[in-house]
Amino acid sequence: MGETPTYMGKVAVLEGLGEHPAVKAIIGWNEPALTDAKFDFGELTLTIAPEAIRETCATLKAAGYNAFDDMTAVDWFPASPRFQLSYHLLSHALKERIRLRVLLEEEEPAVETITPVWAGANYYEREVFDLFGIRFEEHPNLRRIMMPDEWVGHPLRKDYPVEGYR
Amino acid sequence: MAGMSTAPVLEVAQGAKDQHMIINMGPQHPATHGVLRLVVEIDGEIIVRVYPEIGYLHTGIEKTCEAKFYHQVVPLTDRINYLDPLANNLCYALAVEKLLSLEIPPKAQWMRVLLAELSRLNSHLIWLGTHAMDIGALTVFLYTFREREDILRLFEAVAGQRMMTSYIRIGGLALEPPLDFLDRVQGFIKTLPEKIDEYSNLLTGNPIFRNRLKGVGYLSQDDAVALGVTGPPLRASGVDIDLRRDMPYSGYEKFQFKVPVSNDGDCWARYEVRLVEMRESVKIIQQALDGMPEGAVKADAPKIVLPDREKMKTQMEALIHHFKIVTEGFAVPAGEVYQGIECGHGQMGYYIVSDGTAKPYRVHMRYPSFPMLQALEVMAKGRMLADLVAVIGSIDIVLGEIDR
Repeated sequence: MGETPTYMGKVAVLEGLGEHPAVKAIIGWNEPALTDAKFDFGELTLTIAPEAIRETCATLKAAGYNAFDDMTAVDWFPASPRFQLSYHLLSHALKERIRLRVLLEEEEPAVETITPVWAGANYYEREVFDLFGIRFEEHPNLRRIMMPDEWVGHPLRKDYPVEGYR
Repeated sequence: MAGMSTAPVLEVAQGAKDQHMIINMGPQHPATHGVLRLVVEIDGEIIVRVYPEIGYLHTGIEKTCEAKFYHQVVPLTDRINYLDPLANNLCYALAVEKLLSLEIPPKAQWMRVLLAELSRLNSHLIWLGTHAMDIGALTVFLYTFREREDILRLFEAVAGQRMMTSYIRIGGLALEPPLDFLDRVQGFIKTLPEKIDEYSNLLTGNPIFRNRLKGVGYLSQDDAVALGVTGPPLRASGVDIDLRRDMPYSGYEKFQFKVPVSNDGDCWARYEVRLVEMRESVKIIQQALDGMPEGAVKADAPKIVLPDREKMKTQMEALIHHFKIVTEGFAVPAGEVYQGIECGHGQMGYYIVSDGTAKPYRVHMRYPSFPMLQALEVMAKGRMLADLVAVIGSIDIVLGEIDR
C-alpha cells in the first residue's frame, strides 16, 4: 500500500491513465461527457455529466465493464452541487472495478435511469429515490422500497436527524 | 413527493380477473428466511408474477454509522448479515484500512482468512440445513446445526461472543486468539469432510430432494449478470468469478483453492456449487493453520489501534492513546473507497466516504441478497407455487442484509 500513484483532475488522469480501457472508451465516445476524474487509493473515479450517464454506462458495458456492482448517493449538504451519485461497475474479464460519479443540484434532483442497460439497477435506484429523494426518469417502478409508501422525507439526507423527527 | 405511488404493489390484469389470484407469502412465513413478503400472482398453481416487498427490517444502519466513530461501526456490521459475522467485520475493516493506508501484520491477515472461511462454513451450514428443511428433508438440519454449534464455540473462544463477534477490528484483530485455538480449529476441520459426506449421503441421492431441485429455478448467465446476482448462484449459472481468487484481499493470493462452477443454472447446481465450496473452505483453513505466521495481530499504529489492556494499565503513553481513541476517535483522511469481498452469499462491498473527521461521512453497504431478490421472478415464473420455496432456499438470502 502507499506505492500506487495518485492522479487528481481530468488532465492528470488522461496523462497518467490514458490507456486505461474505461478512460479510453469514454474519450473515444464522447470526450465532454467526462467532466472530472481522479485516481486515488488505487481506485479510478470518473465524473460524468448527468445527462450522459445512461449512454456512458452502455459504452462502458460494451468496453468490458459487464457487471453493475453497486449504486448509491452521498449528500454534501449544504455544499453545492448537493448530491453525488456513485456507480460501481465491475469487469469480470479485466478483474477491475471503476466508479462513476454524477453530481446533481439540490433543486429537484433527477437523472435518467440506467435500468435499460442493467436491469439489476432497479432496486438500487429505488433505494436512492426512497432515502435521498433523487428521481430516476423512466424508471419502471419508482416507488419507495425501504420506508412505508406514505413516509414523509428522505432519511439519508444530511438535514434529516438521526433520531428522526419527533 | 408528487407522484408517489401508494397503489397496491400488484394487481391482476383486467383480462385475467376470473382466472388469476393474488396471494401473500409472508411476511411471517417459515420458508422466507426472515421478514420477507412476496406478493404472488398465480394462475391456478402456476406463478405469473412475483413482487418482493421488503423493508420490514429496515433500521437505518447506514444512517446510524454516520453518527458513530469509525471504530464504533464495527459492532453494527455484525448485525447486518448475522450468519456470516466475520465477513462483515472484515469487509468494513479492509475499507477503512484502505483509507488509512494501514499495513496489517501477516498473522492478523492469516487469522482473518481462517475466520472468514469458518464464517463462510457457518453460513453454508445454515443454508444447507434450512434449505433441506424447506424441501421436507428435516433430518439434515439437525446435523448441520450440530457442526454450526462447533463453529459458534470457536467464535466464542476468540471473541467471547457466539454470533456478534466484532473480532476483526480496524488495524487487525481485537486480541490474540487463545493458546489452544488453532488446535481446536484443527480438530474441527479434521472431521468436517466426513460430515459433509454425511449431508451429501442424505441429500444427493434422495429422489425427493433431487426432483424438487433439478431443473427448478433456472437462471441464465446473461440474466444473472444483468440482475446483479453474485456468489454461488452466479457461479452456478456459469460465470467463473470469485473475488477471493480474482481480486484478492487479506492475503488470499497465497492460498490454493478451486472455484466450483456449473453451467446448469438451476437450484441443483447451486446446491452442488455450495457443497464443493464447503470442502474448499476446509482446504483453505488447513493451509492457514499450516502456514500461520508468528507475530503481532495488531498493526503498529498506536493512534488508531487500541493498546493492550496490560500496557494501558502500566504505561502512561498507552493510557493517553486509549483515552484519545475512545473519547475522540481518530481522524481518517478524506476520500472515498470501495472494498469488495466474497462472503458466503456473494459479493459484499463497503463504500466509505470520509470528510477527514473521526466519523464516516457516508457508509454504504452492498450486500449480495439485495440484488438477488430481483432475480426471484425470473427464476420462479411459470413454475408451481411450491417451487418458489425451493428457489428462495437456493439463493440463500438473509433479510437483515437486504433491509439493513
